[in-house]
Amino acid sequence: MKDNVIITLKDISVAFNGQQILKNLNLQIKDGEFVTILGPSGCGKTTTLRIIAGFQEPDSGTVLFGDKVMNSVPAHKRKVNTIFQRYALFPHLNVYDNIAFGLRVQKKKEREIKPIVNRMLDLVDLKGFERRTIDSLSGGQQQRVAIARALAVDPKVLLLDEPLSALDLKLRKDMQKELKEIQQSLGITFIFVTHDQEEALSMSDKVVVMDSGEIQQIGTPIDIYNEPVNAFVADFIGESNILDSIMVRDRLVRIDGKDFPCVDTGFGENKPVDVVIRPEDIIVVPPEEGILTGKVTMVTFKGVHFEIIVDVDGFKWMIQSTEQSFVGDIIGLTVDPDNIQIMKKSKYSDLYGDYSSFSNEMDYISDASVDLTEMEEEDDKGGVL
Amino acid sequence: MKNRTALSAPYSVWMILFIVVPLLIVVYYALTGPDGSFTWDNMRGLSHYTDTILRSVYYGMLATAICLVVSYPLAYFFTKTKASTQGILVMLIMIPMWMNFILRTYSIMVLFEDTGIINNMLRGMGLDPVHMINTSGAVIFGMVYNYVPFMVLPLYTSLSKLDYKYVEAGRDLGANGFQIFKDVMLPMTKSGIISGITMVFVPSVSTFYISQKLGGGGYTLIGDVIELQFQTAYNYHLGASISLLLMVLILICLAIMNRFGGSEDGEMVI
Repeated sequence: MKDNVIITLKDISVAFNGQQILKNLNLQIKDGEFVTILGPSGCGKTTTLRIIAGFQEPDSGTVLFGDKVMNSVPAHKRKVNTIFQRYALFPHLNVYDNIAFGLRVQKKKEREIKPIVNRMLDLVDLKGFERRTIDSLSGGQQQRVAIARALAVDPKVLLLDEPLSALDLKLRKDMQKELKEIQQSLGITFIFVTHDQEEALSMSDKVVVMDSGEIQQIGTPIDIYNEPVNAFVADFIGESNILDSIMVRDRLVRIDGKDFPCVDTGFGENKPVDVVIRPEDIIVVPPEEGILTGKVTMVTFKGVHFEIIVDVDGFKWMIQSTEQSFVGDIIGLTVDPDNIQIMKKSKYSDLYGDYSSFSNEMDYISDASVDLTEMEEEDDKGGVL
Repeated sequence: MKNRTALSAPYSVWMILFIVVPLLIVVYYALTGPDGSFTWDNMRGLSHYTDTILRSVYYGMLATAICLVVSYPLAYFFTKTKASTQGILVMLIMIPMWMNFILRTYSIMVLFEDTGIINNMLRGMGLDPVHMINTSGAVIFGMVYNYVPFMVLPLYTSLSKLDYKYVEAGRDLGANGFQIFKDVMLPMTKSGIISGITMVFVPSVSTFYISQKLGGGGYTLIGDVIELQFQTAYNYHLGASISLLLMVLILICLAIMNRFGGSEDGEMVI
């Protein structure tokens, strides 16, 4: 059962007013999965959800539930239910009647409805709220009613459109946990849309990263974080130093003019690539032991670690280290080979880079083909090497 | 606090002079005879008008019901058009209201007469003419025609405020088109429906002139009787007592309706 594909989107394209929202989107969703569609606003994630829900018909492509084509099946005939961004609870009905709505529409008897509604109230921990009006509930309670209302009709798939975005941080964390628990206990498929990368990583079995109407990467949260396929994904998920580099040969990459051993192969020889190094993977060592050396320009205490911005030949690296450094220190940097993630060049390559939004340093550093050793000789004030 | 009281003074004076005092005068006339002494005679005399009163209420209800059935889809259609178009459509609904009520009624008469425009056209096409004027249908048509904008406007306001997400939520939970209408749209536009009903029913019940011109005197309504008492029979006492009864009837009707309407939102006109 677990490996059954229950929803397939094949070559889906949608345009509104001549603007392409989705471009040849392909996605398979398996039974019982918690899938998160993650992306910035306007990336097409909500449209994808609406296509699955049946509120939006694709211009081209096929929507399959199991092996049944669903393209023109209207929303009310699909066994999927949605939790809307602002819940859309019926204000003229109380909590009980809201949850019972879908059951009454099915013309179920009141004596069948009552135990289901009670079970749902129990599930979302809202016993005793039956007669309350929607207006009298807090945001978190409304969220729970929305979950109960959608689950009452026993959907195979639950679609959640940024359901937690209206809640404050603390409540959001609690609801993340609760949603995950509900999903696991009921064993139904959740398709969760969010722009919050942390939410996506902590809740999902599978993350689908989208941008400008296209899927950038599909994978487990760990894959997505550790092995982003391009600069967009690397930048969107977590903090990252993205460097314009050259793959010298298999297992050797030249970053900032220095050769680093790495574990990736198959990119060819002397090919330009993007390299991602996560801030927590950089090891701070005395200057003489580092492959790269730089000057600390900013240190921020974050509780579990220090966030250190280091200027290495004009490129600002972010380092997360438990050891404190001080502004002005010269430090050496090394990276373990398996913490260097090599990515092919993409249209995103030049859009993301270092942490120098406050820097007035020159741009030459983003061009890896420039031989930096020449410049370093001229630049003795910078204290490099 | 004092200033606020002072500000409201003109309105208080106005309301006392032109609402409270006239009401008291109506009550006074209704309960006195020509010699000025107290009497129930006028009230007893009302029983002669039972038929007229029942007919007025019945026609009023019918006209209101027709207005509602016609206006709801129309108002819904308005909300589905572009914002700029909506403005034009609302304006088109309003324009006939800028014309005098008597003129509008008279023009219906010209259309409906046996030798009127419609029948002449039918004859011209070789069809049999239809007798329309001086029927109850013509009277009710006159009411509907005159009062339908009062139904469309509150419904339009209500429907345009209805967020489409609720319709989608209903669909999502499996409701078909009819169920969406019945379980989502109707209850959520209740305040507009009640406003519309009130604004059509009250003037329809108390209307005069329409039945005289379109009903040919055969379908006298209570408004006509009141007019007759004041303008022709000069029996102010009977006229006042009928007015009083009409007022009470309307109040009862509205009270019943507001009971069904609930009171959670204050959008109702009365």
